[in-house]
Amino acid sequence: MVNWANFVSQCFNGLVLGALLALISSGLTIIYGTLGVLNLAHGALFMLGGYAGWVVYSFTGSFAVAVLGGSLFVMVVGLVIERVIVRRFYSRPNEDQILVTFGLGVVIVETVRHFFGSLSKSIPPPPELVGITSIGFMMYPTYRLALLGIVAVALLALYVVLYRTHIGMIVRAGIEDSAMVDALGIDVYKVFMLVFGIGAMAAGFAGIVNTPVVSIAPDSGESILVQTFVVVVIGGVGSFPGAVLGGLIAGEIISITSMFNPGYAYVMLFVAMTLVLVLRPYGLLGAAGRD
Amino acid sequence: MSKRFPFLAEALTAVGLIVAPLVLPHLGFSTSTLDRILIWGLFGLGFDLLFGFTGLLSFGQSAFFGTGGMVAAYVLTQTSVTNVLLALLIGTGAAAVVGFLVGLVALRRTGIYFAMITVAIAEVFYFVEFNPLSDYTGGENGLPGVPPPSVDLGFKTFTFDSDLSTYGFLAFWFLLGLVIARRIVQSPVGAILKAIRDNPLRAAAVGHDIWRYKLAAFVVAAAYAGFAGGLLGLMQGFMPPDAFMFDTSGQLVMQTAIGGAGTLFGPLVGAAIWLYLSDFFQNTLHLGSDWKLVLGIVFVVLVVFLRHGVIGGARDLIALASGPPAPRAAPEPNAPAPETEPQRLPASPKAPAAAAEPGPIILETRKLTRRYGGLLANRDIDFVVREGELRGVIGPNGAGKSTFFKMLTCEVKPSSGHILFHDRDITGWDVTRVCQLGLTKSYQVNQLFNRLTARENVVIAALAQKRGRFRPDMLRSLMSVRRLNDQVEEALALVRLTTRADAPVSELAYGEKRRLEIGLALAARPSLLLLDEPLAGMSPRERIETVALLKSIRVGRTLIVIDHDMDAIFELAERITVLSQGQVLVEGTPDEIKTNSVVQEAYLGGVNEP
Repeated sequence: MVNWANFVSQCFNGLVLGALLALISSGLTIIYGTLGVLNLAHGALFMLGGYAGWVVYSFTGSFAVAVLGGSLFVMVVGLVIERVIVRRFYSRPNEDQILVTFGLGVVIVETVRHFFGSLSKSIPPPPELVGITSIGFMMYPTYRLALLGIVAVALLALYVVLYRTHIGMIVRAGIEDSAMVDALGIDVYKVFMLVFGIGAMAAGFAGIVNTPVVSIAPDSGESILVQTFVVVVIGGVGSFPGAVLGGLIAGEIISITSMFNPGYAYVMLFVAMTLVLVLRPYGLLGAAGRD
Repeated sequence: MSKRFPFLAEALTAVGLIVAPLVLPHLGFSTSTLDRILIWGLFGLGFDLLFGFTGLLSFGQSAFFGTGGMVAAYVLTQTSVTNVLLALLIGTGAAAVVGFLVGLVALRRTGIYFAMITVAIAEVFYFVEFNPLSDYTGGENGLPGVPPPSVDLGFKTFTFDSDLSTYGFLAFWFLLGLVIARRIVQSPVGAILKAIRDNPLRAAAVGHDIWRYKLAAFVVAAAYAGFAGGLLGLMQGFMPPDAFMFDTSGQLVMQTAIGGAGTLFGPLVGAAIWLYLSDFFQNTLHLGSDWKLVLGIVFVVLVVFLRHGVIGGARDLIALASGPPAPRAAPEPNAPAPETEPQRLPASPKAPAAAAEPGPIILETRKLTRRYGGLLANRDIDFVVREGELRGVIGPNGAGKSTFFKMLTCEVKPSSGHILFHDRDITGWDVTRVCQLGLTKSYQVNQLFNRLTARENVVIAALAQKRGRFRPDMLRSLMSVRRLNDQVEEALALVRLTTRADAPVSELAYGEKRRLEIGLALAARPSLLLLDEPLAGMSPRERIETVALLKSIRVGRTLIVIDHDMDAIFELAERITVLSQGQVLVEGTPDEIKTNSVVQEAYLGGVNEP
């Protein structure tokens, strides 16, 4: 028998997870869309964000500062990775790009393990968001509710940057045709570097704000990376709206399946991905021709 | 590489496998490390066929490694089957079946999509093994009690339970795996897989069903993985669940890249380096869990600086040490082969029998139309070509010539209308099928297999014509394909590349590449050949040569040529179709076209709207 109260709360959990996946996937998808590089270190950057936030929190005791400091740190890491490593790979085959970002992911994970060990860490939610809130028909943890808002704001910010600013216009033009952008006299490498930084920051930010809900360990990034891939395949590579839609779908599938048997969550995710691949090979909101 | 000793690599490997347990322990390799190197090496043979030879980077091999190992271990521990070989075979079969099913999904897409899907697949198998199937797989405990390998010969049972005999058992299977993998690489299928890696679009366009070949490679890789997984259980006496972990796939990928993909030995070398260093860092340097950090850094540095792994690096070093390569039969730049041709050409401008008697209709289009949104690229084109004809298609830029050609070769689906080829309605077919029926084209922008030689390029096209869309004869030698060589030499001679046949595409001059592009189309022995701007980007001298070439290949063939070079088209074609604004403007002999005022207007851009 399905317990309806439980079901609704799981749907809410799915929404929170979905929003989080949407944010991480947006980061992955704008990096791929602009640079043409599939970043296999994306999960590691998510995890790195969590640890960076934890360190800042340990020193300052402020959740807000932790979020800000941690995100900026991951952004800087992203900028450095693009400048030092990824930039050498634009003219090399996709497979080489995948190999090197995969290797970078391993290096990040093992570096974190070196400094912090394998035990998980967590940040408590800010004091004003502790406890449970009644939202009319059910009781729900206050922080998770707030998290939905936080991630929604972050997604909105990303949207505004991409669709309402000058730099966003260049990025979108770069997704369409980076050679043309280059020919117009815009330093496309600067844009690439910035996009990689922003994409990394999206993952890092998600890693921090998720820590009060699920504590972070060096291997946390792996399952996030897998879920992110499914999201991107479902939504369509290179599509920001696709990442959001795919994220929400994946979040609900995981949450609702987990209510019955968590062991099947990935199976259902995979079934959904297969269905999309059969019915709409380029993803729900993807455009044909991107591979 | 060595035609005189065809099994040199196999023989040297056998010697190496015998010597290894005598030498390597003195260098710090433990016996169990040697065993694991062999298992990873065998696992990697299949993966290298998939990644190094077919170009498919899969992060999902752990699924098949785990499946094969778990099924074999289950059969040996939970059923009445005691025959180790039978259990291995069942495990391998299970992995191959799973590989087939997974391949059906994963191969729907290529490139990064393929990589992402395989990552997801690996994770699904991990969770399924741990949770829903834990009654069978032992969940996180794995399956203990796997017996040591043994072979029952009926009269006597050999059990491989000592260090050395276990090694021998594994070495035997590695060697067998290597022999089979090398046969696959040297088979027609192996050649086609390499072509798919280099240029899937062209491999499909010359008539190979690349999807089925990729699926075949995927299944073979899964079978190798499954077999290696089964050996892991036997070697350890228990089947660990972490075989299913994503890390297993990752380690395989890293080892292969470290050793060098596309060499078959890369995974073995990579595994030796990886496992030796991990032992060394942990046991000698006492780095604890940091060993993986150091290896990760080593891997990144290697990918950045050594593009083809350790084996590739060694090969480059040897090449460097042995001095510059022997001068190949270079193209004498100042004296192109057909020296007399240019002089002869002006003398006989209409060399081929001009007014050829009209043969039966070979190609016909009826009201062929293609829309791109609001743009009508082609509108109601009725077009007839007869056998033996050389038809020119001209038109100003944007007239819809390329779209028209792409519809004929079925690269682009018409919005409406029909295409009939040899009286069959081919509307909506795919490129591969149309090519198999005898219609192919040479591309405006070269579409070659860049890492293969000129000869190998032509072989790929000829194979499609000889073998059809798909034939999984992986263990057959390329040499044994009947009359393949004649067909290849004939095509090479037609495009005058015989002396340059063994040069890699990257060493060919532009004009030679253009000729090879045409040679690829010719080797498929089409009954109708479409040439899309064969003269594009050529120097005046190359142009003259190519026009002469086209005249020589037209004998006994039906050709349609698009080009901007009007003089060439007027010289070559006996009938010309002029396209303008997506429609047939006029059709006629060169003389009629030359003097046609409508054509002149179209080209001069006179937009005399009434």
